Amino acid sequence: MNLQKYALMKGNEALAHAAVRCGCDGYFGYPITPQSEVLETLSLLKPWETTGMVVLQGESEVAVVNMLYGGGGTGKRVMTSSSSPGIALMQEGISYMAAAEIPCLIVNVQRGGPGLGTIQPSQGDYRQATVGGGNGDYHILVLAPDSVQEMADFVDLSFQLAFKYRNPVIMLSDGVIGQMMEKVCLPPQKPRRTEEQIWEECSWAVNGHNLSRRKPNILTSLEMDPHVMEDRNIALQQKYERMRQTEQRSESISCEDAEYLFVAFGSVARIAEEAVGKLRQQGIKAGLFRPVTLWPFPEDKLRSYLPRVKKILVCELNSGQMISDVRLAIDCSRPVEHFGRMGGVVPDSGELVDAMLHIIG
Amino acid sequence: MKEEIIISGFGGQGVLSMGKLLAYAGMKEGKEVSWLPAYGPEQRGGTANVTVILSDQKIASPILSTYHTAILLNQPSLDRFLPKIQPGGTLIYDTYGIAKPPSRHDINIYEINAMDAAAKLKNIKTFNMVILGGLIKVNPIVTIDDIRTALYETLPERHHHLIPLNEEALRLGGNMITKVSFGI
Repeated sequence: MNLQKYALMKGNEALAHAAVRCGCDGYFGYPITPQSEVLETLSLLKPWETTGMVVLQGESEVAVVNMLYGGGGTGKRVMTSSSSPGIALMQEGISYMAAAEIPCLIVNVQRGGPGLGTIQPSQGDYRQATVGGGNGDYHILVLAPDSVQEMADFVDLSFQLAFKYRNPVIMLSDGVIGQMMEKVCLPPQKPRRTEEQIWEECSWAVNGHNLSRRKPNILTSLEMDPHVMEDRNIALQQKYERMRQTEQRSESISCEDAEYLFVAFGSVARIAEEAVGKLRQQGIKAGLFRPVTLWPFPEDKLRSYLPRVKKILVCELNSGQMISDVRLAIDCSRPVEHFGRMGGVVPDSGELVDAMLHIIG
Repeated sequence: MKEEIIISGFGGQGVLSMGKLLAYAGMKEGKEVSWLPAYGPEQRGGTANVTVILSDQKIASPILSTYHTAILLNQPSLDRFLPKIQPGGTLIYDTYGIAKPPSRHDINIYEINAMDAAAKLKNIKTFNMVILGGLIKVNPIVTIDDIRTALYETLPERHHHLIPLNEEALRLGGNMITKVSFGI
């Protein structure tokens, strides 16, 4: 093992480093705990002096999301990060970008809610991210990192998916993953794409290129004719169906022979993994199914474990949000129970063990 | 090997930096490490704490409710975390910060007067390094060499002239730490 390649840093710091290294063109943000280290780290790294990446603190989250609309509309790789109340302010812009099919990356390092809530870790924004916090029929592709390494690795993956589908991507993280330090292997430095490369990849973009040889591109979410708008909706739904079929991602730990399954994402998946180890020591066949994409929900893989599974315990830092997706995925064919802490409280693995033992009965 | 540590004290005592140096030194030894601070307003004037895990195996949960080793540097921290030390575990406390000595007979208890030591070194900021030196004396999870490397690699170069002083503090802490008689 080459120890030199590892760094010790917070999830938020790893995210900032990864953004520069994967050739991000612009970061727009506004400070909010527990993700302020992202803007802080980018300001220390000064990527505008090296890769030419723009780093800008907007006057508010509403300004920031519209900067994403503008930057993404030109075919640039643009991103922001914030925490729950800040992400709530961005919802109008996210709906507009979904409608206008503008790629971008939005990172939500969740904290306790509702309202201003607390600054401690939470997963209360699961539904907002997966079924849309803004208006209209749309979906965002949602990735849930569970380590500092994934905070780094998912940046490039998110941009690839955002441009593949011309759709915003959300990384739904939380205060534990953002604030904790672990060792991380940062991705190699990639150059930012040239204007020519952007033009080749994004013929839809509004960036003034090749104007003499094409009709002007228009990116808008507004349409006066309802029939045309219905056609656009149908096209969007077809795109979401392609995403459902192709992009389901998950991690399975001790699932092959599991009779009692935890389903958990993000930081809670880490706690559940420890609980699985403790239950296995007691001779209980426990497993952990971790959705990595929260939308599309990895239902095919989850269903594949059903023949052996007797009961499922969904663990979240909320009152029970992902549990609906688990029940839908398996058509309520097994008992599905919930264990949750709220408002910024994080359980330890002992609480999850007790909750599982309780439902086993 | 899995070492589960809590370090807790007042904001400004160097609790988080001490934890980071420990995690960094562990990483340099090829261990898996995690460092999770209690973040938020409690760091201003109240208690600051950090959970550090060093392990030979992948670390699943970074969240702990009991600890093998506790370094407790003020009375509120001692009151809160003393009951959460695993039987057979280790407590290290600073005599200056503790008014009511700990009373448990199923753990190893060590005391260290780090405030005096730091004053002797004429730099009060060496307080946390004295404590850290005490920890690695009684529980050699990392070496002084590892911590020296960690200091060189994590401190900005303009502070490198202070590293010999920090090393002196580590050694002084190792010499000063004393086992309290009522431990096992």
